[in-house]
Amino acid sequence: MPFHIVEKTADILIIGGGTAGCWAALTLAAHEGLSVLVTEKANIRRSGCLAAGVNAINAYIPAGKTPEDYLEYVRWDAAGIIRDDLVLSMAQRFNSVVGRLEELGLVILKDETGAYALRGQWNIKINGENIKPLLSQAVYRTKNVEVLNHVNITDYLTLNGRVVGAAGFSVREQTAYFLRARAVICTAGGAAGLYRPNNPGFSQHKMWYPPFNTGTGYALGIRAGAEMTTFEMRFVAQRCKDTIAPTGTIALGVGAKQVNAQGEEYTSRYGLSTSGRAYGTTNETHQGRGPCYLNTVGITSKQDEELLKAYLNMAPSQTLKWLESGKRPSQQNVELEGTEPYVVGGHTASGYWVDTGRRTTLRGLYAAGDVAGGAPKKFVTGALAEGEIAADTALADLPGLPLPEDEALQAQEQAILQTYEQHLTPADTPSSGTSAALPACRYTSQQLEEAMQKVMDDYAGGIHSSYRYSEAQLDIAEERLEGLTALAQNLRGTDTDDLLHIYELKDRLLVCQSLIAHLRARRETRWAGFGFNTDYPGVDDSWQLYVNSRLENGTLKIHYRNLVKEAITFEYPDSNG
Amino acid sequence: MSILIQTDKCRNCGRCIEACPGNLIQVNPQGKVWLRHPEECWGCTSCLKECQFEAIYFYLGADIGGRGSLMHTRREGDLCHWIVEPPDGRPVVITVDRRSANKY
Ligand SMILES: Cc1cc2nc3c(=O)[nH]c(=O)nc-3n(C[C@H](O)[C@H](O)[C@H](O)COP(=O)(O)OP(=O)(O)OC[C@H]3O[C@@H](n4cnc5c(N)ncnc54)[C@H](O)[C@@H]3O)c2cc1C
Ligand code: SF4
Ligand code: SF4
Repeated sequence: MPFHIVEKTADILIIGGGTAGCWAALTLAAHEGLSVLVTEKANIRRSGCLAAGVNAINAYIPAGKTPEDYLEYVRWDAAGIIRDDLVLSMAQRFNSVVGRLEELGLVILKDETGAYALRGQWNIKINGENIKPLLSQAVYRTKNVEVLNHVNITDYLTLNGRVVGAAGFSVREQTAYFLRARAVICTAGGAAGLYRPNNPGFSQHKMWYPPFNTGTGYALGIRAGAEMTTFEMRFVAQRCKDTIAPTGTIALGVGAKQVNAQGEEYTSRYGLSTSGRAYGTTNETHQGRGPCYLNTVGITSKQDEELLKAYLNMAPSQTLKWLESGKRPSQQNVELEGTEPYVVGGHTASGYWVDTGRRTTLRGLYAAGDVAGGAPKKFVTGALAEGEIAADTALADLPGLPLPEDEALQAQEQAILQTYEQHLTPADTPSSGTSAALPACRYTSQQLEEAMQKVMDDYAGGIHSSYRYSEAQLDIAEERLEGLTALAQNLRGTDTDDLLHIYELKDRLLVCQSLIAHLRARRETRWAGFGFNTDYPGVDDSWQLYVNSRLENGTLKIHYRNLVKEAITFEYPDSNG
Repeated sequence: MSILIQTDKCRNCGRCIEACPGNLIQVNPQGKVWLRHPEECWGCTSCLKECQFEAIYFYLGADIGGRGSLMHTRREGDLCHWIVEPPDGRPVVITVDRRSANKY
């Protein structure tokens, strides 16, 4: 059955209606006459990281502190590999986006003085269960934003190096979308599901990061030749065992300390950075002193109740787990484990290499949120702030970005359509546009995904090696991933739900290949909790630089770049696009 | 990690389909709402919170500590009652008020 085709044009196209994407749309909605299109692979109502709700606003500048203080904190936590301009510019907007969130209806706890109640240094306490419905409803109230739900973007449309739109398909019906725009903002989130997960069986998707954020935002850019940064700074989160629920609520909320099986507090031996904490738990266990716990035994029954409630607002499976075990947190310590590694620019510095205005290295393309690199510890407010900055910059650049011409893009669109059709044509039948039958693929996308996750786990520093990897292992991973990538080209499905799974796999494979190139390129171990390079086990300060990469003539090239302290603006080579 | 849709309670309103961040809930060829990929469920509980008819139940896989309890939600204005029914024993109800922030 041929695809039905839908074509649309807009001034600004937003890919991914999550946190940053919805906020970019809301920012642009203030400009009447501007047409904005948001595409979302699910439905913006609850899509992305915020689906289950969040527990706190993790990044807020409290009275007595400044955005520069936040910059110092992030620099320390990330061991120096950050972009000062990016962290500072988002931190400067933390408090204004919180004000707007409160206007939209977010419930924020206040203290006796009327100030927001703090949790730890930078967090404020909220009821974040319905934060995504609040955002998406606000988007629907706008006049100039059109939302295309259930449309999965697969490729950028490009003209002379400029991004001028995107192509995708409906995950519901056999419809292809060709969307042209003067500017494109990518807010498609980070990548989960690259490595064999904590619960590889039935509960394989009980992971921390959304399993539906499949690294497509990165893959789109890599394919189109965008420069990426710091993928090697993977994120390994320290989480509650099995449910992979956040631990901050217990650690900061009731002040529970991390202890090993002998009851010793071990964090002071490893440092208090995010990576140090994760490394502590991994290494204590590796050295035979596990399991490790958050020491909650002895908290009050009132604290028990508050914890059960707090988790219902963000990670309900943890509450259910306490109830299933028949023991409340006051009666049993909460066991900890490290997650499988993710690539997520909202927590570490991985993602698009952008200038201070969130322009990517491809003209006409902007990036914000977990997909954008250089600014770790964004969390919700940083994703919102970046969505706002990217929207402001795209808007300012629009006069120099005319709507692309039609004809020039048709060949690209045809090639994309042909690939969709090939994946949905039964093996051994010639598909449209080709005379020969395509070779059969004996596997399903699920089988190849499992194979990819096994390769990553075995040879690229997954959970089972305690996140350790060597160059010799990375070589094997690289070779195996090439084989899987070749197999994936011939995958077949029967409907666009299958096609979604095929594309998710292809995107993850590409992100894995980039990740391996980055892991190999940084010859030191800077963030031991996120990954341990056994060939180069220590921190080496000659590596105070960024590892960037770009696909050039089909090969991924590494570029080392010096640390950036001041604001930068990208210039693009002249093009007639 | 997964959910069960109780077909006898489901009114086919489609809200859960729109709530799922992973497009996992779909309409099957018989016209019934079903979870197409049970092993792909993230456990976010968006679908059960959106269902007005208490037709969706959530459970933990045995691989992550499940012992067969089913959890669902009942809405009452700003209150959300989370009801956990163990296979043997009395249900536990925990009520969360949307207007009050987490204490932790
Ligand atoms: C479980 C969890 C709990 C968290 N808790 C907190 C907390 O308590 N406090 C805090 O401050 N921060 C928290 N964070 C961090 C914060 O939520 C994220 O950093 C932030 O929401 C990321 O925003 P984003 O817009 O980059 O990604 P998302 O909000 O995930 O948006 C990405 C969107 O893109 C869509 N998409 C992906 N691919 C495509 C495609 N090909 N085509 C179309 N659409 C696509 C996705 O469906 C999704 O809607 C948490 C994160 C997680 C995962
Ligand atoms: S929301 Fe509830 S009633 Fe509506 S389709 Fe889903 S299960 Fe059925
Ligand atoms: S719990 Fe979340 S991921 Fe699972 S089916 Fe419901 S909405 Fe989808």
